[in-house]
Amino acid sequence: MSLDRVARERLVRALACSVIEHADELTSLDQAIGDGDHGLNMKRGFEAVLAALPGLADKSLPDMLKAIGMTLVMKVGGASGPLVGTFFMELGKSLPEQPSRSDLVAATDKAIEAVKARGRSEAGQKTLLDVLVPVHAILAGGGDAKAIAAEAVQAADRTTPMLAIRGRASFLGERSIGHMDPGSRSASLLIGAAVEILEFEVNP
Amino acid sequence: MSNVGIVIVSHSPKIAEGAADMVRQMVGEAVPLAWTGGDVDGGLGTNVAGILEAIETAWSPAGVAILVDLGGAETNSEMAVEMLPEDRRARVLVCNAPVVEGAVIAATESSGGSSLAAVKRSAEEFYA
Repeated sequence: MSLDRVARERLVRALACSVIEHADELTSLDQAIGDGDHGLNMKRGFEAVLAALPGLADKSLPDMLKAIGMTLVMKVGGASGPLVGTFFMELGKSLPEQPSRSDLVAATDKAIEAVKARGRSEAGQKTLLDVLVPVHAILAGGGDAKAIAAEAVQAADRTTPMLAIRGRASFLGERSIGHMDPGSRSASLLIGAAVEILEFEVNP
Repeated sequence: MSNVGIVIVSHSPKIAEGAADMVRQMVGEAVPLAWTGGDVDGGLGTNVAGILEAIETAWSPAGVAILVDLGGAETNSEMAVEMLPEDRRARVLVCNAPVVEGAVIAATESSGGSSLAAVKRSAEEFYA
């Protein structure tokens, strides 16, 4: 996978726009089972990321990912800031400048472990991990861009019947059942945007 | 001053400031104290930069105890602690206690010259 400067800028714009364009949807999901700020918080964070272009894309891929993560940590404001920010920062720490597919599998695995540690959470608790973990399995198993994007959407859908165990939605107990987890939805949007740009090959 | 510092982190600046007022009434100037609340736009939420600044303001060689309200305040506080210089990181602890009551109890414990571990324990045990 080779990402030149133009591709890096396209990637950043696609990631940011995927969240910004769906901010209202994320907010209404969060109003149902959280504190209703997820769309606004993520929009603020990714607007700050967009504002760092074009300089952001001048950086190497690892440095660019670390910078995106740090911006999200500093700007998002809710628990999502440290969680999503940690994911990007950890990817930046683990990926080489020209990553192979197996580099990406390994780096994503590390980033997911970092998100688990940050949130003291595991998959199955109605959080973004319920998208990250199954999507990682598809990525590690050799799935193409289409399969990865499809799993991201389906995994977010599968959070709807789940009982929230972590995060603000857990306060609602069983009333959290029947609503999609907003953090899973934003993770799914970001993954969908990323694979569209990266256009994975079936085999490395 | 070598008493343990107290940092109050709430989603609401009003709650953080009000809790800090209650701490001051209890312990006066004997304890380094700072509060922070709100996201970077001033809405309800918490932000890492604000928490780092509060830790700096309440810094004491004896360490700093952070009292938080809901999830994001805790996650952002833990993130802020990790971003501290290494020599300070181990001397800042996030307490698992109610923000208002915990802050008052922690400050009272600190004002008697207790260690950071004892301050954290008092805040956490009171409602355990």
